[in-house]
Amino acid sequence: MSRNPYVRPISTTTWYMRNGRYKVYVLRELTSFLVMFYSFLTLVGLSALSMSAERWDAFLASQQSMGMIIFHAVALLYFLFFQTFPWFKLAPKAMPVQVGETKVPDSTIIIGHYVAWAVVSLFILWLAGVL
Amino acid sequence: MAIAKKAIVWGLFAAGGTLTSFLFPALIALFLLIASGNVPEGLQFEQIHTFASSWLGKACLFIVLFLSLWHAAHRLRVVAHDFGIRKDTLVANTVYAVAAIGTVLAAFYLFSIR
Repeated sequence: MSRNPYVRPISTTTWYMRNGRYKVYVLRELTSFLVMFYSFLTLVGLSALSMSAERWDAFLASQQSMGMIIFHAVALLYFLFFQTFPWFKLAPKAMPVQVGETKVPDSTIIIGHYVAWAVVSLFILWLAGVL
Repeated sequence: MAIAKKAIVWGLFAAGGTLTSFLFPALIALFLLIASGNVPEGLQFEQIHTFASSWLGKACLFIVLFLSLWHAAHRLRVVAHDFGIRKDTLVANTVYAVAAIGTVLAAFYLFSIR
């Protein structure tokens, strides 16, 4: 029998603090809280919308505060830099595209994602009457 | 986890990730406008109600909410593990239950809008 192997002690709760790449990974993963939060915030809105015009207006009024302005502004930037942009960056690795014998360059796929994102975002804002 | 089940969970995760990456910046921007008191015309009751009453509007809202909820649930399960919570069965049951409740609520609210 061999003696007990040495197991390097690694904290299960703060392991990512050792390395910059791990920190970025954890920062990226935290956007899942934002996805959950905004999904349920939308559900609260839908609930009000399903009841009456008064409830919908009350929901809109309840969302108006300086705190929420700051929260949404920070959340928007955080989401862009830790979810949307990284997702586009890994797209060519997750979905490589081949046309005949040649591989479509990564940059083309990434630019395609940014263009599609801009079109979709502008369409939503147009639909909501912002533009 | 069985391979068949894994494919479904992974598929929902990937579809939800793509959808949230594309749509959530605009969604958060709309909430930012609401918070600042500049409610856009399309979000006034009459207009948003008309949109959510149409079958196309209902389908869009349901698919976005459904996939976002399952995407977030799958990732939060991994986040729990990353932060040292090793009770995976309990965590998985909890996050997937939250996603399931949200999905049912979305269907219920959308069904009630007419």
